[in-house]
Amino acid sequence: MNSAAAMNPLRSTGRASAAIETAGAWLLAIVWILPLAYALWAAIHPSAYSAHFILNAPLTLENFVTAWNAAPFARYFLNTFLLVTMILAAQLILCTLAAYAFARFAFAGREIAFILVLLQLMIMPDVLIVENYRTMSALGIVDTIPAIGLPYMASAFGIFLLRQTFKSVPRELDEAARVEGAGPLQVLLKVYVPLAKPIYIAYGLVSVSYHWNNFLWPLIITNSVSTRPLTVGLQIFASSDQGIDWSVITAATLMTSAPLLIAFLLFQRQFVQSFMRAGIR
Amino acid sequence: MCASQPIARELTDAAVASIRLAAHIHGWLLLLPAAVLLVVFTHYPAVATIIDSFFSTPKGSRSAVFIGLDNYQAMLDDPVFWRALGNNIVYAASVIPLTIALALAMAVWVNGKIAGRPLLRLSFFTPTVLPMIAVANIWLFFYSPGYGLLDQVLGLFGIATHNWLGNEHTALACLIAVAVWKDAGFFMIFYLAALQQMSPRLAEAAALEGASRWYFFRRVTFPLLMPTTLFVLINAIINSFRLVDHIVVMTQGGPDNSTALLLFYIYEVGFKFWDTAYAPTLTVALLTLLAILALGQFLILDRRIHYQ
Repeated sequence: MNSAAAMNPLRSTGRASAAIETAGAWLLAIVWILPLAYALWAAIHPSAYSAHFILNAPLTLENFVTAWNAAPFARYFLNTFLLVTMILAAQLILCTLAAYAFARFAFAGREIAFILVLLQLMIMPDVLIVENYRTMSALGIVDTIPAIGLPYMASAFGIFLLRQTFKSVPRELDEAARVEGAGPLQVLLKVYVPLAKPIYIAYGLVSVSYHWNNFLWPLIITNSVSTRPLTVGLQIFASSDQGIDWSVITAATLMTSAPLLIAFLLFQRQFVQSFMRAGIR
Repeated sequence: MCASQPIARELTDAAVASIRLAAHIHGWLLLLPAAVLLVVFTHYPAVATIIDSFFSTPKGSRSAVFIGLDNYQAMLDDPVFWRALGNNIVYAASVIPLTIALALAMAVWVNGKIAGRPLLRLSFFTPTVLPMIAVANIWLFFYSPGYGLLDQVLGLFGIATHNWLGNEHTALACLIAVAVWKDAGFFMIFYLAALQQMSPRLAEAAALEGASRWYFFRRVTFPLLMPTTLFVLINAIINSFRLVDHIVVMTQGGPDNSTALLLFYIYEVGFKFWDTAYAPTLTVALLTLLAILALGQFLILDRRIHYQ
């Protein structure tokens, strides 16, 4: 290929256009990181410098301390942690069982049941907020953490993803385990689940980041400090009219996104691969 | 179920019947927990939404009564509904092509030989990991009149300060920019995955033929990426009707409903005005819209299977 490029009489124009492309790529990257860099600047400098960019501006963590003390963020962190863990655990169990049924059992009504499951990809819980609120109040569980999670626990996306994975497991492995006397659940745990590990990791990362970031439904269904997740807590903190300055709000914003952001920076490759795996079907 | 032939021949009819029965029972038992939750939180509310849209909102001691299509008539006469629908269409029609074009450019660059690729990828993908609520707060600061970064940068060119989110003509564009910024990096990775699966020989052959990079992209890369584009398109469409977090934070649908999207209007009617009949009616409208889009998606996916 090098010799082909050397023979190409147009190589100098090619080089010029490559330089323009590189410049364009970098310009876009800078524009893309700018809002975040700006937020970081405001968060780690005194508020007098929040919109005043000089190199020798004094650094401070005061904004983070102020934000942490101004609202019950520790409790919000705990709530989000409980919420995300509860949803993920329920999703893994429910989706594994349902996916196994769809992949390996020829039960009556399987096709119709599968279409009814896939319907959730279109009629998402995010849209059914009005009726789901009624259901939660009929059940008497408005303003509880399980109420935030319940509509999302039987995930059509998870069932679909795991069904595809389970279907690709060779039948011979399944039959070998059965010959050795394993029942359906043992086969699932010993054969299917271990083979689907990369898909579980991918689905887990996608689920955790989705529910860590989810906002509208938690905003509707919660109304006390002991149940609000971080996103709702941040919004209530940022929109209170007590004249909190921008530096403190940006500090709080970065604080609430920090665990996911740090995890992403440390495990970039896994994150990107997981999002790709979960997306390509 | 699928025993090898010699064994299957030795099985008696009774044994086959009992294996089949076991498959029915095991299948349904495994599906049951997920099915219960799906019925209670997806199928039931979807049906209840339609039923409630034919009833009136209970007021005081008066309970809901059947009023036929009155709610739908009210919806058709409601200028805010039409405004929200129009806004949502403008929003989707701007966000989707911009996001896809940028995602594609980013993927081609990150996949190429540009210096500092890991940094580029990091910069493009990072907004994806942040909660929309955090993104909205950051951009609220970015847009703030006078001392926000946008006004400061424009100030360098002598452009006067501007209340970006407070102006009917610029507010929706500001929200579109936020959505594009948040999602382009996410869709980039799907293009990146597809590009990495493409044979490098194609590019080599094109270079030997003296094809320009742009010609190669237009005639080879882009057509080969079509299935990925369709996948990204579907997700982008869904996102543009599903996600309204940034509107709650940045504009509350204002000024003068210029940034109200459908789901935000449903939220407002349902949980600020507590109109329990009109909110389901609006939800039916949104679900109908999503159903039409899903039908289109089904037809497109059908075609995609044929040419692969």
